[in-house]
Amino acid sequence: MPRLIWSPVKYRKFSIGDIIILLFIGSIIYSIATLNTIYSKPTQQIDLDLSPLKLPLYAIFSLIRMIFAYIISLIFTIVYAYAAAYKKNLEKILIPLLDIFQSIPVLSFLPPVFMAVISLFPGSKIGLEITSIILIFTGQVWNMVFSFYQSLISIPRDLREAAKLLKLNPWQRFWNLELPYAAIGLIWNSMMSWAGGWFFLMACEMFTLTNQNFVLPGIGSYLSFSAIKGDLTKIFYGLFTLIIVIILLDKLVWRPLLAWGQKFKIEFIQDEETYESRVLLWYRRSRIFEFIKNHISDPLKERLNQFFVRYYTEKVLKTQNTPISPKIFNIIVSTFIGLLILRGAFGLLNLLIKLPISAWIEIINAGILTLLRVSLAVIIALLWTLPLGVKIGMNPKLSKIFQPIVQIVASIPATAIFPVIVMYLLNLPGGLNLASIILMLLGTQWYLLFNIIAGGMSIPKDLIEVAKLLKLNRKEQWKILILPSILPYLVTGGITAMGGAFNASIVSEYIEFQNKVIKIKGLGALITEASSTGNNALLAGSTITMAIMVVTINRLFWKRLFKKSEELLS
Amino acid sequence: MELLKLENITVSFTFPEGTVTVLDNINFTVNERDFLALLGPSGSGKSTLLRIIAGLIKPNKGKVYFKGEEIKDINPGVAMVFQNFALFPWLTVLENVELGLKAKGLPPEERRKKATKAIDLIGLDGFENAYPKELSGGMRQRVGFARALVMEPDILLLDEPFSALDVLTAENLRNDLIELWIEKRIPTKAIILVTHSIEEAVYMADRIILLSKDPGRIIKEIRIDLPHWRDKKSQEFLEIVDEIYSTLTGKPLEKILWKEKRHIQIPEASVGSITGLVELVNDLEGKADIYKLGEELLMDVEDLLPIVEACELLGFAEVKEGDLILTEAGKKFAEADVLERKEIFKTLAIEKVPFLKQIVKVLQSKSNHKVPRAFFLDLLRKNLTPKEAERQLDTLIDWGRYAELFEYDDDKDELYLPETSELINLYSEA
Repeated sequence: MPRLIWSPVKYRKFSIGDIIILLFIGSIIYSIATLNTIYSKPTQQIDLDLSPLKLPLYAIFSLIRMIFAYIISLIFTIVYAYAAAYKKNLEKILIPLLDIFQSIPVLSFLPPVFMAVISLFPGSKIGLEITSIILIFTGQVWNMVFSFYQSLISIPRDLREAAKLLKLNPWQRFWNLELPYAAIGLIWNSMMSWAGGWFFLMACEMFTLTNQNFVLPGIGSYLSFSAIKGDLTKIFYGLFTLIIVIILLDKLVWRPLLAWGQKFKIEFIQDEETYESRVLLWYRRSRIFEFIKNHISDPLKERLNQFFVRYYTEKVLKTQNTPISPKIFNIIVSTFIGLLILRGAFGLLNLLIKLPISAWIEIINAGILTLLRVSLAVIIALLWTLPLGVKIGMNPKLSKIFQPIVQIVASIPATAIFPVIVMYLLNLPGGLNLASIILMLLGTQWYLLFNIIAGGMSIPKDLIEVAKLLKLNRKEQWKILILPSILPYLVTGGITAMGGAFNASIVSEYIEFQNKVIKIKGLGALITEASSTGNNALLAGSTITMAIMVVTINRLFWKRLFKKSEELLS
Repeated sequence: MELLKLENITVSFTFPEGTVTVLDNINFTVNERDFLALLGPSGSGKSTLLRIIAGLIKPNKGKVYFKGEEIKDINPGVAMVFQNFALFPWLTVLENVELGLKAKGLPPEERRKKATKAIDLIGLDGFENAYPKELSGGMRQRVGFARALVMEPDILLLDEPFSALDVLTAENLRNDLIELWIEKRIPTKAIILVTHSIEEAVYMADRIILLSKDPGRIIKEIRIDLPHWRDKKSQEFLEIVDEIYSTLTGKPLEKILWKEKRHIQIPEASVGSITGLVELVNDLEGKADIYKLGEELLMDVEDLLPIVEACELLGFAEVKEGDLILTEAGKKFAEADVLERKEIFKTLAIEKVPFLKQIVKVLQSKSNHKVPRAFFLDLLRKNLTPKEAERQLDTLIDWGRYAELFEYDDDKDELYLPETSELINLYSEA
């Protein structure tokens, strides 16, 4: 194989990369065509062909939805983060708002999204598809926005100055400075977002709204449907397909992207951590890519560049004549956003007023129960991830072996195995309680583990050596060396894990299994139920309660801990 | 022809504690064929001044004119080379150099032609498709130069471009730039160099503007009419360097006044730094150029000078024509072990610093051998301001403790003689 690396560019053969690309394009064309026939048949509302032969097709349907959701996420990320980073007065609203959005579970977005979309596309299947895509989008976009915003505000001063002196226009600045600088963070967060997308896919492809069931053909709905029927074999088929899709995505998309992303590293020092991908090499040698680059993307880039150079020079001339216009534009945008927020707040208030006191008491009780479950899940997760994560992080050999394995395992959505777990635990006393905690655990322990591994890796080698020379015992080592060093990472992981666990309560406290609804008292169950029965007031009340709980815990507990750890380290 | 004009440039920052003026009323002009150096200690606002010229920072007061027109945004006639290169790590050498041309909207072929020319000019050919991280520091800065030169600016702004490079690489690149400049192989009409290195400024520039710090003001402008290539060892070169050195420090190196003042004041240098400097000079064969020392140690003139003066006062070294030369005593001190060093230091300190002798005398005369700090502070205050007196006494205590002449109790604020020590015979060596 290594001989291939030296092969001169001119004599490129049709490579495996080309085959992968062709397969991908072909399958998408085929499935879109098929989707059309599925929808054009007058089908019963709740029905899905559970034949395993359909699974590859379903997988592709789900994949397409995820891709669309991801594209929308990217666009939203760029617009939102740009506004937050460059408009100082918007920043003050947008960033706290992001905190709140992140704490709202996907199903709470369902009724408003559904109503908006259905009114645009009345009675059409396209409307359903769009609803599903937007739901997936609401589950994956927020951390990407955070990442891009953070990158934008931390671009080094001299690079910004260089861009200014070279007179890059906003278009060129975006492609040559901002996006490349943010690329690595964005890639990592995209991976996280996709994992989140798979996790909630079951809820996004099959949902109940005002007692009406909606099913979209896909791997998520296949799993949900099998669970409702209690068909274990089918669940395993679905799970198997899903795992294959995830592994393929990892090998064919994320690994190559990570390896390619290396070139966006800002430090000029060689890093220990490098990502290699053979697949990337295949792509680089691919004739299709080369053709696209030479005949489509490069000329297009050139055209666009010329267009924007002209556009911005004209714009500069214009704004010199009318210097008020950007100000007016700003005012219009701010007013629009302000009105939108006002309208939303008003609508929300209207809903909340309708809620009786008894409902509020129920919500608060449920909130306390869910908080207990979430805390328990986080504590259990900490108990095993802390020692293991530190061990892996402090030992480069171990981390080289375990990192990729853990990443794959972590990206398998726990929701898919959940029905199986429920089946075994259901008959135990407190069975669903236990199952619910387990699902939260499965969904969120990885955030902790990844962050703790990163924390372990960050402990300076000389400090570890000093600790060894001083013959510190285990307890002292943890107290003096390890805990203080990993605390900031622990806090970051904790915030994500806890928020994730709250979000996961919507699928872990209320499930449909073997044609029965099984639920336990909790905020997540309340949200799912309110959403499916169309009780919008209850939905709004419990969603707000959850958002307030998450934000308060972050502010009062995690952020304080973070401050403390910063003081400790400085 | 006048290219650039700065008029009453003032920059200040307001903090809750008050306002800090970084640049105070700066005026100068830059003409065609000027190679101007802005020279000053750190904190003199020279980098800020360069950014004002570039249009990256707006001054609180004052105006910048380029070719007679006031600059309101980015200066259209400049390009800049940065201290830490500021290259885009995700672009290749060629792409980095082409970027500014792309921003102008030049078509690809023309871009490539111009960029390749600039790359060849600066000696980067063969590295077109390398990424910056594959290059050494010197090569990276060459990319920085190529990126600036390809824009064919009227004024080339250099923000300490050689300070992040090692000595040899920096020298090499300096010479290459001078060659391009004096042979007019680049269309650049003027160069403005920001630097803290006196030698670099005198070696390269035709005009030097000296800036003071807190606040940054122009102290002096010096013309250098030496033709290129300049000989750093030549008499004229060294004279200019010394002149600048004295202007920046406020006193000429050759006429240090300590000898007349020493019964009043000693230079504020810790024993540790004195020992360090003597050892360093000894390693350099007992002789070192002071301003080069300062540059190598990355020390400001204000910080290095007291140490040099202390060495001179104690008789460890002599200053001659800008060089620091170790005396026999200095060499002996450098090569001695810890205990011997203390002995040498003690002998010399008592001999050369009358006030130390006085302290010991007072301590010996007291029956409990203890004297409060305030007593000596009062003595010193007769000739010094209260703040100076405090610092002076701290230095004296540092020296006295090292020489084991006396001890100091920080909690009780008193000087005392250790019980076990013998009484020092103060007059044996005198």
